Amino acid sequence: MLMELREQLLSGSAEDYLSKLFLKIERSSLNGFTSLARESALQQAREFDKNPGKGRLAGVPIAIKECISTKGIETNCSSNILRGYIPPYDAHVIQQLKAEGAIIMGKTNMDEFAMGSSTETSCFGPTRNPWDLDCVPGGSSGGSAAVVAGGEAPCALGSDTGGSVRCPASFCGIVGLKPTYGLVSRYGLIAYANSLEQIGPLTRTVEDTALLMEVIAGHDERDTTSAEGKKSYLPIKEGVSGLKIGIPREYFGEGVNKEVERAVWDAINTLEGLGATWKEVSLPHTKHALAAYYVIAMSEASSNLARFDGLRYGLRLGEDKDWHTTFSDIRAKGFGPEAKRRILLGTYALSAGYYGRYYLKALKVRTLIKEDFLRAFKDVDLLAGPTMPIPAFRIGERINDPLSLYLADVFTVPINLAGVPAISVPCGFAGHLPVGLQLIGRHFDEATVLQAAHTFEKATFFHEKMPEVI
Amino acid sequence: MEDVIIGLEIHVQLNRLRSKMFCGCSTDYHNSEPNSHTCPVCLGLPGSLPVLNKKAVEFGIKVGLALNCTIEEETLFYRKNYYYPDLPKGFQISQYDFPLATRGHIMILGDDGVERDIRINRAHMEEDPGRLVHAGTIDRAKYTMVDYNRCGMPLLEVVTEPDLRSPKEARAFLDKLKSILEYLEVFDGSLEGSMRVDANISLKGGDRTEIKNISGFKGVEKALSYEITRQKNMQRRNIKVVQETRHFDEIRNITVSIRSKVGAHDYRYFPECDLVGLRIASWVPAIKAALPELPDAKRKRFVEQYNLSDDHAKSLTSEIKVANFYEAVAARAPPKLAAVWIADVLKGELNYRGRTIDGFSQEHMAGIVNMLAEGKITEDGAVQVIRDLLDGRGSSPDEIVKSKGLGKAEDDAVQKAVREAVAESADAVADYKAGSERALNFIVGVVMKKTRGKASPGEVHRLVKAEVEKI
Repeated sequence: MLMELREQLLSGSAEDYLSKLFLKIERSSLNGFTSLARESALQQAREFDKNPGKGRLAGVPIAIKECISTKGIETNCSSNILRGYIPPYDAHVIQQLKAEGAIIMGKTNMDEFAMGSSTETSCFGPTRNPWDLDCVPGGSSGGSAAVVAGGEAPCALGSDTGGSVRCPASFCGIVGLKPTYGLVSRYGLIAYANSLEQIGPLTRTVEDTALLMEVIAGHDERDTTSAEGKKSYLPIKEGVSGLKIGIPREYFGEGVNKEVERAVWDAINTLEGLGATWKEVSLPHTKHALAAYYVIAMSEASSNLARFDGLRYGLRLGEDKDWHTTFSDIRAKGFGPEAKRRILLGTYALSAGYYGRYYLKALKVRTLIKEDFLRAFKDVDLLAGPTMPIPAFRIGERINDPLSLYLADVFTVPINLAGVPAISVPCGFAGHLPVGLQLIGRHFDEATVLQAAHTFEKATFFHEKMPEVI
Repeated sequence: MEDVIIGLEIHVQLNRLRSKMFCGCSTDYHNSEPNSHTCPVCLGLPGSLPVLNKKAVEFGIKVGLALNCTIEEETLFYRKNYYYPDLPKGFQISQYDFPLATRGHIMILGDDGVERDIRINRAHMEEDPGRLVHAGTIDRAKYTMVDYNRCGMPLLEVVTEPDLRSPKEARAFLDKLKSILEYLEVFDGSLEGSMRVDANISLKGGDRTEIKNISGFKGVEKALSYEITRQKNMQRRNIKVVQETRHFDEIRNITVSIRSKVGAHDYRYFPECDLVGLRIASWVPAIKAALPELPDAKRKRFVEQYNLSDDHAKSLTSEIKVANFYEAVAARAPPKLAAVWIADVLKGELNYRGRTIDGFSQEHMAGIVNMLAEGKITEDGAVQVIRDLLDGRGSSPDEIVKSKGLGKAEDDAVQKAVREAVAESADAVADYKAGSERALNFIVGVVMKKTRGKASPGEVHRLVKAEVEKI
């Protein structure tokens, strides 16, 4: 789709295209964008119209999640504590996008500090699902997913700490990839849980995801965890014959919505029909993944969010008192309830006497989960299952029951713990709401993941379905 | 003072590095505007990530080896979590388990005059926080400003075992440590705040107090002496010394309580996942091979090679600059005489003026020593030349000797004076002949008077003796 868009922009006008998007966003009820970079984006579009240049994304507008630093554009993680913070530098991925001529059109809504699966914990209020405005778009990259699904942006970047790209991709019926840990530089991504998260694309097609990956992936010396080398993903190899797909026993059954399960099995059958073979495999430590994930993520979060004290940037309350009172007041006012909950739990888990019982134990479970995947990948090339056990739920339905929200991450968090890549592609509907198929690959084997997803997409029509809101 | 137990934690800025610990900012910030040596990384801006300065680790290993420590196979960074305005990330990247270096020792001269090893518990790396500038004193300031220029400076924290027995020994340890660090070319002690000390001190049977963040070795000595007196007085009055953190007030020369251990910090150490574990075992052999000669080895060599007294060798090797200066001079002038003049005279004159040896020319020193060796100037004259050079009166030893007439009297003039003096001192000659060796001193005195002190007393003594023997 992005390839066609580029042709269209070259023969038409980027300014017109962008203006229409902005008009649409203004009238939108999705609440997907938190801010628009209207002037700089239109200026860039006019320049493109005069001289298109050779960039692979020249003239293509892109929406950026609120937690990815954009020079000169407010970046606040949808949190009051960071309101007014304008980064003096671009994240690595933003530099890469700009170098290829992409136009940063605005920032998108998210769960506060990416803590959530529904985009309801944002200080800007919830984003709505374009397929059903009463439903959540998933999260935490709900804004990015909703604006792409709703036709307000041709593509977007999100971040995925425990499913935050794949969950909203699944709920909104689009494609979302969580790359292998270390493949995309995190420089400029405001950390929630730094050992788990990656920036990933949210697009309408698998090919678009591959194109964005070619732009944003690759080594960056400013991120020590960034892997060496640069890979190419395009053109995507088509066909799945000979591919061995593992179906994790633990990803089906109790707790999985029947319609979701049926759509995913249909998808597996489709892949089989296209020449792949499948077998059941076991990831025996899946049942411990959620506990380990939340201990690790919250522990890291309690430390990552310590810098927000209002002293250098972000929220100020007017009158300053002594240091301890001032920063405590700012943090009390600036963080929402979910951020506070995770900071408190993480602080507790790292405390003297509890560190061994919680954090170290979680790290051990993490190792076991990683070994589950490595063992499975000795036999199969890919794993397939549902991205989410349920379709999008109603806004407000679960927000007061954090545990039921956390449980929805059961199939996405193991992937982050293991560091492997996974994609969510549309594979059907549960009622009127989209369902996502999750394809999981070996470390740094995005190519096979994209290949299977692309082949599936070509053989199906789900990605062509657009919500009625458009 | 046999009941005093002292352990030190010394924060050493590895300030000979060009860039900070985790970013590319320059370490040369001392004369810069506040907050001008900063970037997103050392300011801890959201989304920034640390990148380890490998050279800093190399420097750390160097120090570890010089302190006779074991270097860990693999080293790991941790986050030390606490809130303070000088800490922009809300945590300090430090080390915890798997520090760079463990279990070492260095030798100091104890108060009993015997040299002994002081054990090092560990040496680990961390980043320096920023600097707080209080408007007024720490307890009465209306507001405080923060300067993040120092933030991210590479620090090495050296922790001793509680092996020191007096403030003087603590001082001796610090002097030795500084000397080693300067030998290794990882540290410049002349920069403000480059070495800061936390001192733990207790009296036998009592709880210990920690005096935080003392700058200056004299400060450490004073703070510890004050603390000993305070704790002794409390014991005498049967008041329990409580475990607490104290601050040394440099103006009043006292320590004051800043917090009791009851509200102690739980730093919630956990691994810094933005940095990967570093296998350093393979670095060690090359670093070890490139280690320079250290103070103790140099001192031993000076004794053997130049035939110096141990005291002179020690004095000449305590500072690398002095040692290098000495060796340069010894290459051009008699080494033993050079040692005496550098260790006993030049160092004293420099100290008196608060100057370092950088300001004195090796060539000038060699010239002075050679003139002394050749009997061309007297010792008093040589001291005068050194002082004049240091105080900017004159451009070279030759020039000063000539212009001030410091040259030793010509031989024939001395000879003449000797003949006259012997002729004028019949009584003394008679006394000498009668067996009084000391009688010659009277004649020497007459000669010195006649030559107005320009002759060398030793030489005169020899000449007088020869002249008298002729009679």
